[in-house]
Amino acid sequence: MATMVTSTRPPVIKKGSGRGPSLPGPNGNGSKRRGPLPDPDSRANRYRIGMWVGLASIAMMFTSLSSAYIVRYASANDWLPLAIPRAMFASTALILISSVTLELARRKLKRSFQNAYTRYLLLTALLGLAFLSSQLIAWRQLARQGIYLASNPHSSFFYLLTGAHAVHLLGGLLALGFLWVRSRRVLSEPALIARRQATADAVTIYWHFMDGLWIYLFLLLFLWR
Amino acid sequence: MSVEHHEGVHRHPAPTGFIRKYIFSVDHKVIGIQYILLALAAVAVGMVMSLLMRLNLSWPGTSWPILETLFPTGAPGGVMNPEFYLSLVTMHGTIMVFFVLTTAPQGGFGNYFLPIQIGAEDMAFPVLNMMSFWVTLLGFIVILLAIFVEGNQSLGQLFAGLGPSFAGGSGTVGPIGGWTGYAPLSALGKIAGPGQGAGMNLWVISIAIFCVGSLLGALNFITTLLNMRTKGMSLMRMPLTCWAWFTTAVLALLSFPVLLGGGILLLLDRIAGTSFFIPSGLYVSGLLSGSNPNFPLHTGGSPILWQHLFWFFGHPEVYIAILPGMGATSHILATFARKPVFGYRAMVFAIFAIGLLGFFVWGHHMFISGMSPYSAIAFSVLTLSIGVPSAVKTFNWLGTLWGSRIRFTTAMLFALGFVSLFVAGGITGLILGQSSLDLAMHDTYIVTAHFHLVMGVASIFGMFAALYFWFPKMFGRFMNEGLGKIHFWLTFVGVYTIFVPMHIMGIVGMPRRYASFGEYEFLKTLHPLVLLVSVAAIITISAQLIFYFNVFWSIFKGKKASDNPWEATTLEWTTATPPPHDNFAGVLPTVYHGPYEFAVPGAPRDFVMQTDIDTEVPSGNGHNGHKH
Repeated sequence: MATMVTSTRPPVIKKGSGRGPSLPGPNGNGSKRRGPLPDPDSRANRYRIGMWVGLASIAMMFTSLSSAYIVRYASANDWLPLAIPRAMFASTALILISSVTLELARRKLKRSFQNAYTRYLLLTALLGLAFLSSQLIAWRQLARQGIYLASNPHSSFFYLLTGAHAVHLLGGLLALGFLWVRSRRVLSEPALIARRQATADAVTIYWHFMDGLWIYLFLLLFLWR
Repeated sequence: MSVEHHEGVHRHPAPTGFIRKYIFSVDHKVIGIQYILLALAAVAVGMVMSLLMRLNLSWPGTSWPILETLFPTGAPGGVMNPEFYLSLVTMHGTIMVFFVLTTAPQGGFGNYFLPIQIGAEDMAFPVLNMMSFWVTLLGFIVILLAIFVEGNQSLGQLFAGLGPSFAGGSGTVGPIGGWTGYAPLSALGKIAGPGQGAGMNLWVISIAIFCVGSLLGALNFITTLLNMRTKGMSLMRMPLTCWAWFTTAVLALLSFPVLLGGGILLLLDRIAGTSFFIPSGLYVSGLLSGSNPNFPLHTGGSPILWQHLFWFFGHPEVYIAILPGMGATSHILATFARKPVFGYRAMVFAIFAIGLLGFFVWGHHMFISGMSPYSAIAFSVLTLSIGVPSAVKTFNWLGTLWGSRIRFTTAMLFALGFVSLFVAGGITGLILGQSSLDLAMHDTYIVTAHFHLVMGVASIFGMFAALYFWFPKMFGRFMNEGLGKIHFWLTFVGVYTIFVPMHIMGIVGMPRRYASFGEYEFLKTLHPLVLLVSVAAIITISAQLIFYFNVFWSIFKGKKASDNPWEATTLEWTTATPPPHDNFAGVLPTVYHGPYEFAVPGAPRDFVMQTDIDTEVPSGNGHNGHKH
C-alpha cells in the first residue's frame, strides 16, 4: 500500500522500458507504427512463420521414420541393400536445379519483374514434374527387377521414404500452381503486394526444404545401408 | 476496401447463412464450441464404456439382458465375454485420450480464448482452423466405425474384399490392443485373433487422421500467438492460459508427427506385408509365419521400435492433456482469490520446463519392455526431475491462495479440485518413475489409478473449471451455481472414492486390463473394494447427468451475465458478451498492464484490467509476485 496512484494520468509511452504502462510494438517485434491497429506487414509475416512451423512438424515426421530406419537396420539379419537406381541421380539434379529457378522467381518478384517471375514459376513446376517422373521411373525399374515394398526392409524403407517425399513434393507443385494462377494479377496495393511476396517466400521455403530433404533421404538410403 | 486490408480487422465479414455461421464456420469461437461439443459427445461414449467395464468387474457372470440386445456378439446371453471387455478397454482409452483430453482443452477452450486473450480478431489461418476441426471429427467417425465393423458380421464382410487383414466381424465390439496398440499383436491382422481385423485398420487410420487434424491446429495456435498479439501484449503480459496453450501446441507439433510416422509403418505392416514391427519366426493361432497365405512370411522386425515411436508421442501427449488445465487453473485461482498469480515468471518457466522434459522421459513407459539398466536410470532421473517444475507450480498455486479471501464459485471449486488431484495423482508418479519399483507395479491397478487421477480426472477438472468460468462469456448466461456445486462435490468425492482404492489393489498385485479375477485366490479378499469402486463409479457417472443438464439448460435459461461478471482483468472480459464476430467490434484493444493485476493498492477498483489506461500499477505488483 505504499504507492499513491493518480487515476487520470495519460499513458506514458516509453520505448523498451518493459514495465508499467509502456507499449511494446505489436508482436514484440518493434514495429514503428502507432495506434491500436496491427501492422500491415504482420499479415504477410504469418505466412512465413506458419511455413516454418509446419516444416518443423514435417521434419519431425521424417525424423521418426529415419530413426525407425536406423533402429531397423541395426537390429536386422534380413537386410538386403538396394543398388542406387540410375534415375535417382537424374532426380537429384532436377530437384537441385528447380530450387535455383524458384529462388530466381522469388527474387524477380521482389524486384517486381512480374513476367520473369511467372516464367521461372512455370519452369520450376516443370522441373518438379520431371523430378516426380524420374522417381516414377526409378520405382518402375525396381519393380521390374521384382523388388517391391514388402520384399525386404531396405526396399520397404526405400519406397516409403521416397513415396512420402513425393507426396510432399506434390503438395509443393499444387502450391506452385496456385502462385502461377495468381502471378498475372496486377496489384497496386502495398498490403496485397506484400502478401503475394510472403506467399511466394513461403512456397520457396517449402520447396528448398523438400530439396534438402531429398538430399538427406538420398544420403540416408544409399550411404547407410 | 483498401482500408480493410490495411487494418486486418473484418478480414472475413460476418457470415449470415446458418451453414456458414454455425456448421462450416471459420470463426474461431464457433470452432471452439464445436470442439467442446465433440468432446462432450466423446466423453459420454467413453463414460458408458467405463460403466460397462465396472459392471463386468464387480458382478462377473451376471446377465444384463440389455447388453445382449445392444451387443449380441459381445455379450451372448447378456454376459460380457473377455474380448468385449478388452475392446472396451481399448476404445475407452483411445476415445478419452484423443477425442476428449486432446480436443476440449486445446481445440475447444484454446481456440475460443487464445485469439481473444491476445487481442486478435481471429486465428492466423481461419480456413485451416475449420479444416482441423472437420478432420478431427472425421477421425472420430472412423473410430466409431471401427467398433461397428468389428462387432457386426455383415459390415465386417464388406471390407473382406480388400484383403485378409481387412475382414472384420470377429464378435467383439471393437479393436483390441489398448490405446497404445502394442505390436506385434496390432501389426499382424486378422490372424492374431478377435479384434484384429478391419476394426484395427480403422483404429490406426483414425489415429493418423487425428494426428493431421491436431497438427493443423498446432500450426495455427503457434503462428497466431507469435504473429497476432495486439499492441502492448508483450510475451510476459500474456495470461498463463496462453502460455499453456502455446506450449501445448509446440508439444503437439513435435510429437504428433512421430505417431503419424509410426502409424504409417504399423498400417503398412498390417496391409502391405512389410516387417517393420513384426519379428521373425512368430507362431500365432497355430500357424507359423510364412506357412499360410493368410499369414505371410515376416522377418526381423522390432516390436520395441513401435513402443519407442508410440511413447515418444505418448508422453508429451500426457502434457498436451494437462497443460491447458494448468493454465486455466492459474487463471481462475488468481481471479477468485483476488490476488496476482504468485511468481508469474516462475509459472511460465515451469510450463516450459515441463514441456521440454516431457520429450526426454518416454522410456519410463517401457521399463518392463526390457531396457539397459543404464538407460533406465537416465529415464528415471529425468522423470523424477519433472517433479521440480511441478512442485514450483503447486507451490505458486498455494502462494496465490495464501491469505486471500476466496470467492467460492463453482469454477473456483473445480480449479482447487484440479490442484488437489494434480498433487494426489502426481505423487505416485515419483514412485512409478523409479524403474526398480515400476518393474513390480507397472501392470497393476496402481498405474491405472495414477494416470487416471493426474492425466484423466485432473485434466477434466481443468476443463470443468474453464467451462464454468468462461460459460458466461461464451453464451451470455451463467451456468447454474447450485447445480454446479452439487456436481462438483459429487464428482470430487466420487473420483477419490474410485481411484484411491485402486492404489491399494495395485499394491496387492491386481493386474490391470484383466476381464475377470475369479481364478486368483489372493485377489478374492479385494472384492469388496472392487464393489466400492464400481458403486462410486456409477454414482459419479450419474452425477455427470447434472452437468449435461446444466450446460444445455443454461445456454437457454441461465441467469444473464454482464460483460465482466467475475471482475476479471484479461482481454476477453473487455469485449461484449458474447463477443462479436471479429472479437473487438473493429478496434483491437491496446494493452497497458500485466494479466493479473488484482488487489492493486490505490486503484479505484480492486483490480486493473489489461486495457485500463488511467491507472498506474505500482512496480512490484502483479507478475513479480511480491506486492508488499
